[in-house]
Amino acid sequence: MELFEPTAASAEVATYGERAQPRKGFFTDTTLCIGCKACEVACKEWNQLPADGYAFTAQSYDNTGELNGTTWRHVAFVEQPQKSRWLMESDVCKHCTHAACLDVCPTGALVRTEFGTVIVQEDVCNGCGYCVPACPFGVIDKRPEDGHVGKCTLCYDRLRDGETPACAKACPTESIQYGDLDDLRRRADERLEKVRADERFTDASLYLRGPDDGIGGAGAFFLLLDRPEVYGLPPDPVDTTRDLGKMWRRAAYAMAAIVGTIALCSVGPRA
Amino acid sequence: MPGLGTSFGRGGATTFQQDLQNSDCILIMGSNMAENHPVGFQWVMEARERGAEIIHVDPRFTRTSAVSTMHVKIRPGSDIAFLGGLINYILENNRWFDEYVRTYTNAPVIVDARFQDTEDLDGVFSGFEPKEDKYDIASWQYDDMAMHGSAGRRMGSAVSGGKQDAHPGEVSQEAQNQLLEHGEPPHVDMTLQHPRCVFQLLKKHYARYTAEMVERVCGTPRAEFLKVADALCRNSGRERTSAIAYAVGWTHHTVGVQYIRAASIVQLLLGNIGRPGGGILALRGHASIQGSTDIPTLYELLPGYLAMPHKENVDLANYIEETTSKAGYWYHTDAYMISLLKAWYGEHAQPENDFCYGYLPRVTGDHSCYPMMMGMLEGNVKGFFCVGENPVVGSANGPLQRRAMANLDWLVVRDFVEIESAAFWYDSVEIETGALQTEKIKTEIFFMPAADHLQKSGSFTNTQRLLQWHHKAVDPEGDCRSELWFYYHLGRKIREKLAGSNDPKNRAVTELTWNYPTEGRLAEPDAHAVLREVNGWGPDGKALDAYTKLKPDGSTACGCWIYCGCFKDEQNQAARRKSRHEQDWVAAEWGWAWPANRRILYNRASADPAGKPWSERKKYVYWDEAKGQWNGPDVPDFEKDKRPDYVPPDEAVGEQAIDGKSPFIMQGDGKGWLFAPDGLVDGPFPAHYEPEESPVNNPLYAQQSNPVREQWPSANNPMHWSDGKPGADAFPYVGTTYRLTEHHTAGGMSRSVPHLSELQPEMFVEVSPALAEERNLENGGWATVITARSAIEARVLVTERVPDYVVDGRPTKVVGLPYHWGVKGVVRGDSVNDLVGISADPNVHIQETKAFTCDIRAGRRPRGPALRDLVNDYRARAHLPLEE
Amino acid sequence: MMAVEKRVARSHPLARQLRGPDKYALADAAQSSVTASLQPRTQTADRVVRSVCPYCAVGCGQLAFVKDGKIVQVEGDPDSPISRGHLCPKGSATRTLAQSPIREYKVKYRRPYGTAWEELDLETAMDMIADRVIATREQTWEAKGEDGKPLNRTLGIASLGGATLDNEENYLMKKLYTALGVVQVENQARI
Repeated sequence: MELFEPTAASAEVATYGERAQPRKGFFTDTTLCIGCKACEVACKEWNQLPADGYAFTAQSYDNTGELNGTTWRHVAFVEQPQKSRWLMESDVCKHCTHAACLDVCPTGALVRTEFGTVIVQEDVCNGCGYCVPACPFGVIDKRPEDGHVGKCTLCYDRLRDGETPACAKACPTESIQYGDLDDLRRRADERLEKVRADERFTDASLYLRGPDDGIGGAGAFFLLLDRPEVYGLPPDPVDTTRDLGKMWRRAAYAMAAIVGTIALCSVGPRA
Repeated sequence: MPGLGTSFGRGGATTFQQDLQNSDCILIMGSNMAENHPVGFQWVMEARERGAEIIHVDPRFTRTSAVSTMHVKIRPGSDIAFLGGLINYILENNRWFDEYVRTYTNAPVIVDARFQDTEDLDGVFSGFEPKEDKYDIASWQYDDMAMHGSAGRRMGSAVSGGKQDAHPGEVSQEAQNQLLEHGEPPHVDMTLQHPRCVFQLLKKHYARYTAEMVERVCGTPRAEFLKVADALCRNSGRERTSAIAYAVGWTHHTVGVQYIRAASIVQLLLGNIGRPGGGILALRGHASIQGSTDIPTLYELLPGYLAMPHKENVDLANYIEETTSKAGYWYHTDAYMISLLKAWYGEHAQPENDFCYGYLPRVTGDHSCYPMMMGMLEGNVKGFFCVGENPVVGSANGPLQRRAMANLDWLVVRDFVEIESAAFWYDSVEIETGALQTEKIKTEIFFMPAADHLQKSGSFTNTQRLLQWHHKAVDPEGDCRSELWFYYHLGRKIREKLAGSNDPKNRAVTELTWNYPTEGRLAEPDAHAVLREVNGWGPDGKALDAYTKLKPDGSTACGCWIYCGCFKDEQNQAARRKSRHEQDWVAAEWGWAWPANRRILYNRASADPAGKPWSERKKYVYWDEAKGQWNGPDVPDFEKDKRPDYVPPDEAVGEQAIDGKSPFIMQGDGKGWLFAPDGLVDGPFPAHYEPEESPVNNPLYAQQSNPVREQWPSANNPMHWSDGKPGADAFPYVGTTYRLTEHHTAGGMSRSVPHLSELQPEMFVEVSPALAEERNLENGGWATVITARSAIEARVLVTERVPDYVVDGRPTKVVGLPYHWGVKGVVRGDSVNDLVGISADPNVHIQETKAFTCDIRAGRRPRGPALRDLVNDYRARAHLPLEE
Repeated sequence: MMAVEKRVARSHPLARQLRGPDKYALADAAQSSVTASLQPRTQTADRVVRSVCPYCAVGCGQLAFVKDGKIVQVEGDPDSPISRGHLCPKGSATRTLAQSPIREYKVKYRRPYGTAWEELDLETAMDMIADRVIATREQTWEAKGEDGKPLNRTLGIASLGGATLDNEENYLMKKLYTALGVVQVENQARI
């Protein structure tokens, strides 16, 4: 089970050697969310993603519906009149510790970055789409215009410059918090304690906070006021490559070794 | 904002957004702050996280309600009953802040014996002249200050001509109570027991505004109302402060100004004005809407809330006499006005020619936007500039707006995109129905593409009176130009064409100072030079640093006296950007706030009468005896060295006539006004009146609606009958309009943006499950909403966030309508303002869009002439004249 | 902020996979040269300009990043004591507002009774508007009221707008209109 220990992401990051950074992530605190969708817009502006279409869904105030190849932040709206509540939650790629998308990608388009995040390399992606069903959260998806897949990169380019991801920077009420994952987890634990002290929010919980879930913990985790499924989140996500991964990777490794020999011949002098 | 102006002295928010973090309780009412001011709302969230109670009183459960600690429902159009209930609760339960009320408000003042309350006259105040639908306000004066022979002297007061002549604008805060000598009213009873003292009158006026009455009028469960009242009272006093935030949910009513007056009374009774975490925050909806009233594009004002000259002000001496107050800073009106004339007419403005006062045009009545559109319909207004506005979507009664513009000779529209107001002649409902035909519309139209804020330099004044400079980032493309460019070059061309004319009306133009330096390929005028003129200069030509330096002798020039200081030390103070990390939370070195860079107004009131902080917890501005001055993190809103025990000598005038313990220095008596003897045309106390169109009879008075509201009844503007009248039942539901986070006003700046359009792509209507059942409306389906003005279609959103009401024993349902859509743009839809008729507040001429009656039925609206048939069918049933 | 980061020299992914620690090509070894050379537009911009959000009256600070004379990004100004670097969805969409697919760049003219827009030169349009102002003013001028008191005005011209404009623009508008005798000058503040 060498590939499935909770520290798989750290192991991958470690390959960056000196360039490896503390793992970065998002803590999305839904108790602070005002459903403004600044995150959706700031994300599309920064990542230059198109609008998905102009359809009224009649699902509360949610007209983007879901995360997909061109919507990388999505605010869910859940009306709970019995509880006099209107829950809002800004969803995003979880940047899983055990990232199935990364495991199944045959081209190396999906990679773990030096920040421990998972990104798609547009120039490498061939649009095979293996990653799409692999994602236990339905996050990654094909982009209609070019067939490549797309999803949140945690603004990898901004991170390289020491900047905050666009969504977290825009978020007016700091419902989306960005930082070192260790810090965020500490902060989230304190926050949960405070929130639960309110008798209205005794059901509050942290979703994907720890390594005990099926994906080994997430780089993007959430404070929820209700059960995950209420927000449209899988209550018990499982890394879909838990059993397949090892075989697949070994095959890929073998293939890489063969192809690599050929490749080395051509790039050898430069390397 | 005369609601704030008459209560406190200035027509602006009394506090600033960051100060909300210091509140112990925030009442958000008439505002959906989280949705419409999301980034400002972070300060509410800060307060909440520090333990403050956040109360949202609103007809709908919105995104603001979702993060508040309490949401309390209220029927649209009934807020004065609710606020009056709070006043009653405070008075009946001895919860007012006694020392504050006695010393800082006009509670002890004895009122004229002739004054009669709505309690005496069943819904009207003394002085009502039913034939003219206006008040003679003489009986509202302080005792022994009857306006002996003065009635009508003060241009713009109700006395001088009633509502049609009322000049205070939305924002007007002109000289208040100029008759007060030495800042002291003649008779006071500091025990507050005199039956005619303001305090006792207030008690009597609100005695019937009980929790039971609130429930009956507002449909708010009384237990919830009492929770709000208790929370506000618990969180006010020496140690704690509460704030109120409002927006156009309060102003868009036929009695809108009085909504804000009622909130002002609550805050004065609780001692929350001028103190950290307190105040009333007017949340404004456009980047520089405060600025555009400070430097007004409003008919009744000149810059700095100087009154526009009235026909009766035949010369400068008369103008100054009519607009000057003996006490307070309006004593210096002459200095402000003459400095303005010097800025505009330079060397041509001399004492012997009244500083060119004679060139100024005169107002004679209500020239506000709705009479203006009526003028177009009648053919009197021939040319129209529509500049960053979209009236055919954004103004009430869209059909009337379009017909009016179709009757113009010429029209100039300046905007980023081709908005509906530029396209009505070929793309509008009227073209569709045949009511208008393109080839028969005479209007000549110039669409001029506008530069955006990144393509020009200039300042915006935000909701907290803060001027912030934005720097040009790139040049405008193509024919896009700034308004600065457009008006400068238009003026230049007109002046060139009129040059040499000796006609006085042309000399008013050719003698105008109009020599602004231009720069660059496009010859863009230098905005700094304009701001410097706004700031003004002294005899040495140097920029002035304070309006207290302005002189009435023509030696100073100043384009807007309240902005004097914004170019202090020849530096553009609005461009200051000292990081928040490098200064305290007040951030006095970020931008520049009028007046005098003050962030909390009336902050003298943050100290007790002796000048000590009311409490350590709420310490802000206080008297430092050792230094002999007022100190604190903000600029004191008081003469810096005026002692708290200062008593004005008999001969004192101006600010010297205000004593050391009166914080409201713009008021003639230095007090916060619980009772407004002057400045409003519809009553010294707010009284609950039903909206123009209401499903019920007024449960409080025989008088149904504001007796002096403005109406323009015609076949183009039919208004529904209210409850009890034949035909009222044709429109059984209460309609209300609002904004969404994802869009901006009439849509020109959001329906043109794909990233925003996809978030709220279609016009929709929000209804409760009960209403959906009653009318067979299906979630996600279509509905048609009908009034006598028009019918529109919308997608249906069925939600329990829109509550049902029981008002005066009768079930009442609400139809919620976001108003952003129109026929142009990336996303398109019917316009809600097509449904809304025009009736208005008599003080400020603002239309009532937040409460009207309507019907709703399942399915899409008919197309073409069938639409007119549907509306006429309703008109017939509603006993209203048919559309031609 | 504007300094150009050195491009990181990258070897071929497969070479790195085989030689480096990333045996499964899940991280460093799989990074493409494009990925490795990514730089944010905020970093590669020529300059950054301080601005203020044009939508509501909160007054959020904005930073506009300019590259080759084009706005490439607009985001919050972290120094602002009001907004602390945040923007709402509208403020966040500012670049797309400025570069809207339906933005107009040319003057459009509709002649009386015309059925279509026509092109018009900006300078010509300005002259035509100036001529119309002068003519309408002349035609509708009210020098005095019936009582002989001065009016000095025209009710034939009206204006609506201002709340989205700069103070300096409103100042010139009010100044020019007042000198022209136009009193029907109105603003969103009323609406």
